Amino acid sequence: MNVLTDNLSLYGKGLLGTVELTVYGSLLALALGFVMASFRVAPVGSLRVFGTAWVAVLRNTPLTLLFFAVLLGLPRFGVVLPFQLFAVLALGCYTSAFICEAIRSGINTVPTGQGEAARSLGMSFGQTLCGIVLPQAFRSVIPPIGSTLIALAKNSAIAGAFSVTELLGTYKTLNELGYSIIWSFVWIAVGYLIVTLTISALFNVLEKRWGVAR
Amino acid sequence: MAVEPLIELRNVNKHYGSVHVLQDISLTVGRGEVVVVIGPSGSGKSTLCRTINRLEPVESGTILLDGQPLPQEGRALARLRTEVGMVFQSFNLFAHKTVLANVSLAQVKVRKRGKEEADKRSRELLERVGLLAHAEKYPAQLSGGQQQRVAIARALAMDPKALLFDEPTSALDPEMINEVLEVMRQLARDGMTMVVVTHEMGFARYAANRVVFMADGRIVEDRTPEEFFTAPESERAKDFLSKILKH
Repeated sequence: MNVLTDNLSLYGKGLLGTVELTVYGSLLALALGFVMASFRVAPVGSLRVFGTAWVAVLRNTPLTLLFFAVLLGLPRFGVVLPFQLFAVLALGCYTSAFICEAIRSGINTVPTGQGEAARSLGMSFGQTLCGIVLPQAFRSVIPPIGSTLIALAKNSAIAGAFSVTELLGTYKTLNELGYSIIWSFVWIAVGYLIVTLTISALFNVLEKRWGVAR
Repeated sequence: MAVEPLIELRNVNKHYGSVHVLQDISLTVGRGEVVVVIGPSGSGKSTLCRTINRLEPVESGTILLDGQPLPQEGRALARLRTEVGMVFQSFNLFAHKTVLANVSLAQVKVRKRGKEEADKRSRELLERVGLLAHAEKYPAQLSGGQQQRVAIARALAMDPKALLFDEPTSALDPEMINEVLEVMRQLARDGMTMVVVTHEMGFARYAANRVVFMADGRIVEDRTPEEFFTAPESERAKDFLSKILKH
């Protein structure tokens, strides 16, 4: 039981590492996912192909493999960044594929008639997408995006295997110090619950605020 | 009739797959004229209506608006679409915006009016369709008939030269049809150029200048309502009228 009180700072650092990976990874995933979803519905063919390829490659690659590719592959091309940034890059790009598909399914829930009405009023593709389609798509994608970001928080554990400070990685140190493995993991699990339940709560608020007005 | 033509279709053709939905359609609508298009379902009348602002591209033939040929996609087309308002069967109001914002949005984004000026114009139009009291509501809080009147106000907000109505009352409960038709009759009296696809024979008979009867992708008759309803020439029209006027 005293594994927590004795190692509060170690747990704290691990939790902070996980939170950082989650927040930065989420921001990157949301931004990229948004751009890719716009590409996938764009009237320009080459953008649609790019968006589709992005999703196909990233969604179908195991995340661990992607971590290897980023952390071991990019330095070979002279891209040397802190490991934490590499981890954010891998997590963000991977999750962006899922965000993209969630947003795209949201776009498909907006009746095409509203797009036609906007066009018949003389609005351009960009105006129709940003003013009419996406604000409504956004409402219906709040729950799936919440789930995707929770998955991202949990996936960040993989970064621990690549010497990035994060919550799961703390068990190695605790194990060496001779603490009960079960209690070490119990508190690690509690740490993840804090992160994921916070995300759930945040998305519940968003959904209450924005998700109903239809 | 010596009216100045506003909408002209010349030898327009369109296929959906192997179905020839518009077969060599030529039609002229004069400024201030109300043309009602009727016909059995699948006759191509909605498609005809939608080609006029190029929501449906055509394969051959020309469409002229105020003497100008309809442009391809892009800015020029967007500009032209502001000149032709469209009212849909399913209203297609923007569900996430209030009634007022629905009417103001394109004025601000496309006509580049200031927000206050746009809202002022929107309130005038909402008053005209009898819905000023509902300006702050969302579309889902209105009845179908009210939504359709908002849609008409939204189309009018762009100060279009002509309005297209694609079965504007077909999705409405019977008791709401009249409130929409009354707004349309008022527009017709005010001299708006209108192309109306409808099954409302009463409207066709008393508000239209001309009735265009379509069947199987062709214009079969194009005459005054009086002539069409009392003495249809074609067998197709006689058959159609006998079916719908019985009840």
